[in-house]
Amino acid sequence: MAPSRTRPAVLLASIGVLVAVMSLATVLGPAQISAGQVARSVFRWIPFVGDPVLSPQSQAILWQLRLPRIVLGGLVGGMLALAGAAYQGVFRNPLADPYLLGVAAGAGLGATVAIGARGSGFPALLVPLAAFVGAVIAVGITYALGRTVGNRTATTLILAGVAVASFFTAIQTYVQQRNTDTLREVYSWILGRLSTTGWREVIIVLPYMVVSAAVILLHRRLLDVLSLGDSEAESLGVDASRVRLTVVAAATLGTAAAVAVGGLIGFVGIIVPHAIRLAAGWSYRVVLPLSLVFGAAFMVIADVAARTLVAPAELPIGVVTAFFGAPFFILVLRTTRDAL
Amino acid sequence: MFKKLAIVASVVALAACGQPQVYPLTVDSPAGEVTIHDRPEAIISLSPTATEMLFAIGAGPQVVAVDDQSDFPPGAPVTDFSGLTPNLEAISTFQPDLVIVSYDPGDLVSGLGALGIPVLILPAAVTLDDVYGQLETLGAVTGGDSEAIVRSMRADIAEIVAGASRSGLTYYHELDPTLYSVASSTFIGHLYSLLGMKSIADPADTDGYGYPQLSAEYIIESDPDVIVLADTLCCDVSSASVASRPGWGAMTAVANGSVIEADDSVASRWGPRVVDFLRLIAASRP
Repeated sequence: MAPSRTRPAVLLASIGVLVAVMSLATVLGPAQISAGQVARSVFRWIPFVGDPVLSPQSQAILWQLRLPRIVLGGLVGGMLALAGAAYQGVFRNPLADPYLLGVAAGAGLGATVAIGARGSGFPALLVPLAAFVGAVIAVGITYALGRTVGNRTATTLILAGVAVASFFTAIQTYVQQRNTDTLREVYSWILGRLSTTGWREVIIVLPYMVVSAAVILLHRRLLDVLSLGDSEAESLGVDASRVRLTVVAAATLGTAAAVAVGGLIGFVGIIVPHAIRLAAGWSYRVVLPLSLVFGAAFMVIADVAARTLVAPAELPIGVVTAFFGAPFFILVLRTTRDAL
Repeated sequence: MFKKLAIVASVVALAACGQPQVYPLTVDSPAGEVTIHDRPEAIISLSPTATEMLFAIGAGPQVVAVDDQSDFPPGAPVTDFSGLTPNLEAISTFQPDLVIVSYDPGDLVSGLGALGIPVLILPAAVTLDDVYGQLETLGAVTGGDSEAIVRSMRADIAEIVAGASRSGLTYYHELDPTLYSVASSTFIGHLYSLLGMKSIADPADTDGYGYPQLSAEYIIESDPDVIVLADTLCCDVSSASVASRPGWGAMTAVANGSVIEADDSVASRWGPRVVDFLRLIAASRP
């Protein structure tokens, strides 16, 4: 029988994998910086070990571009996978992803408006903020609609999300067509990008993600109860719609923060939780923490591919996650067929 | 991004220079021959470059409408027509006798052809000769004087190139904040080549398209001698904002103040103002 809780050894091993992946990512990139140079740069405060062997350019690349990007990739990937797992739990729908309730469409509209308005003096710094606000507003409208229309079931909420997403996407496309000079920038945002970021983005999103991840992880037992169905959960004394509201709010907050700095990166929120279910079991006490860790590792690897495959150019990370994520997922499905 | 389409419309039935134009005349255009029956008096330009060229050869009074991107010269009759998504009905209400575009976004040539309106395609130039050729085509078609502007452009460019002593400098030409750049094989790269400059984007242009997207890591490691910003108007980029990007301050060009702020429109068109762009680069580089 699959374990219903994460054993500390498993969790530690997973975190070890993540650290290894992140370390490997520091020495891979379009600029050639060797492992020895990275180590010396990291430990340059220790006398005799750390020589200033790196040129100023390489030093800047390592500390101001590559490291923040690896950390940001880990945060975004972990958050999207965790939020995806949470959405799948509250809606009892294996196809639910973090963008289900209109986060992507709302963030897309916010970013498009902000990028388009920049020519008229709108500060570029506000693009992530606008995306964040758009995402939260879209999900807010979805939730309000889901509550007012008919019975308050999960299905009503998902349908409201479909309607809101189409509506926001329509406005976004219209705004985009009116500002054709920023078309390429909007497009590259939609395809997802972790490029041209520094530590600023990491600092901006960290508080939201910490709160969001903490709330979701604290609800891991209740999500297991919820997986029995709303009425069964109620008979066990769990207020299903309250749990759903709390978890959706937390997952939305985290997803909005991830989307604000990473653009629309697809597939992570579906593939990572399912791969973990197939490999380690269905309990949310296993799926949620491992999704966080492996989502981070998956995104860091995907970003290494995005940075190096077509260097010195760069691939949109959303393309990488889908291109490598989908076949990987099929592989996991095939090898664990009997587990279904 | 359609700059690679360049096949220059060449004039077939060019009358002798300086003589009054003889109509009808036929010119080659990428979508086939175009016949102009009489001197056009109601021209619509959906190409900002063509607009600049028409006014430069003195055919401005014959222009009745230009697209929303045609912001030069100031007196041009700007409409909200889009060169990307043109509306045939709106265009036809102006009853034009000639429509000029830089590419056919789908059904424009056939649609206007059905209404009997000739469409001339003047695609993005690849060389300066393409530019001169397009000016001469427009001169022949409209009866304007292209000879004077071509002569002064040639003279000005020769003078700027002769004055540029130092060669072998590398440059990074930024098209937008997502770090799209130009390779030496493009029209704009061709202008830099005249000054003996080489693009750091060349190794990234593996598909020969000419407009690769670079990564910040690669740009910083390449440490170009000159950074040229062609996204100052669209995207509010400045030498100050570039210096504040993470890691960019380590570059020699940023430290030495060799970051040149160019006018996006001038740097993306192939009209008479390429002379201004060339002059700016020649004067500002180290």
